[in-house]
Amino acid sequence: MITARYHRETPQRYRLEAGKCSGCARISFPPRLVCPSCGGRKFETVKLSEEGTILTYTVVRVASDKFSRETPFAVAIVELNDGVRITAQLADVDPGEVRTGQKVRMVFRKLQEDGKSGILCYGYKAVVT
Amino acid sequence: MRDVVVIGAGMTRFGELWGQSIKDIFVEAALDAIRDAGVDHIDSMYVGAMSSGLFVGQEHLGAVMADYLGVTPVPATRVESACASGGAAFRQAYLEVASGASEIVLAGGVEKMTDGADVTDVLATAADQEYEVYQGITFPGLYALIARAHMEKYGTTREQLAAVAVKNHRNGSKNSHAQFRSEVTAEQVMKSTMVADPLRLLDCSPVSDGGAAVIVASMDVAKALKKNPVRVLASAQASDTIALHGRKDPTTIGSIVTAAQKAYRMADKKPSDINFAEVHDCFTIAEIVATEDLGFFEKGKGGEAAAGGATSIECKKIPVNTSGGLKSKGHPVGATGVAQIIELYEQLNGRSGDRQVAGARLGLAQNMGGSGASCVIHILEGK
Repeated sequence: MITARYHRETPQRYRLEAGKCSGCARISFPPRLVCPSCGGRKFETVKLSEEGTILTYTVVRVASDKFSRETPFAVAIVELNDGVRITAQLADVDPGEVRTGQKVRMVFRKLQEDGKSGILCYGYKAVVT
Repeated sequence: MRDVVVIGAGMTRFGELWGQSIKDIFVEAALDAIRDAGVDHIDSMYVGAMSSGLFVGQEHLGAVMADYLGVTPVPATRVESACASGGAAFRQAYLEVASGASEIVLAGGVEKMTDGADVTDVLATAADQEYEVYQGITFPGLYALIARAHMEKYGTTREQLAAVAVKNHRNGSKNSHAQFRSEVTAEQVMKSTMVADPLRLLDCSPVSDGGAAVIVASMDVAKALKKNPVRVLASAQASDTIALHGRKDPTTIGSIVTAAQKAYRMADKKPSDINFAEVHDCFTIAEIVATEDLGFFEKGKGGEAAAGGATSIECKKIPVNTSGGLKSKGHPVGATGVAQIIELYEQLNGRSGDRQVAGARLGLAQNMGGSGASCVIHILEGK
């Protein structure tokens, strides 16, 4: 992955920065240029809640080549306490122990390695609290 | 807009077509459709393909296929809407004839998935690359998220998911173009390899090569050729958030609901008027959700309906995926939407042999892309 592409996502991946619409207060993650609720174009940067709840989950057992060494791993849709939903891998847990409704906290972790000589790719994962 | 009809259809067998290139596959299907229609020329053509660039390193498919089909200099355009590319290509052909711009248009679709690409990675490009795929999610994984939510909200069971696969394999066993012409039992489905909990290998459509094409024409052309026309009563399309997590309710696919409403309104029909349907069963749960969101069954009752036989060919309710669906017929992504139209065309002409739906007059095809960010629905009417 070219570093410029990686770098432009770091505010949201590293710090959970989102865009709060100045018109209707809807929070978009990742930030966007147009609010999907009201069409507004003005946003203030806010940080997402780090706490949330698992809405649904799966355990990926067959992954793409990039993730095949990581299987099995759990991935969930998490609803954060500010109402924003995100897709996140679950860390530090036996995938068999994951359940809908569990409370989670977002943490900073390594997600991918870009081949043998490329960059290491970081971002958020969720841990069950 | 004027009446538009389908007057010919052709497709390759779906499966692992090691001996054929993407060009061979498309041209075989297109020639078959042109022969079936009995036309001596086409005015333009559309090629539905999801990701020929990543699968075989070839873009610019419109021109490639026009060249190899020997029809240059007709206008030729590739249409891409992920797994709904075929349905979207058919819709472009429909709109071109309906507008009066052309009289005879070929709508085709093709995918060559077995030439060595990391298929899981390529298919994942239909999801949000930076905010879903970055976390390692796969397409079976996304539909597993839907399945889990559906099971927990509505009590849909593992057995009900398996019933979809069993029924579609039974239908596919009667289809000479199907990739898998073998029946499976519920037990085999539920003991197959886990791919993404709760979805197992036999809940998933396969990796396939294949091509499909139809000839779309004006009613005047159909009359001149003395063809038995199958009319396109409705063509509707809708979009939704690219990421599954962006939707209010993961158990409903909003683009299906919206496109269905538009299609029923355009055709002046209601769900109970439809005699049979081809729906996008990329995974067993997708058929259950689609049959609910199309209005065939109450929300949450799709699993029960499938297990109860309400979607089988013999039933009086609504036969679904008489072709075997993506599950058994195969899912060469770009070809799928066109192949659905072909099943409608064959059924409405009474040419479906052992899997013929008695009295089939109105058929619906529902083709979707990604986890439902695109949906294309067509309603066709025979005599």
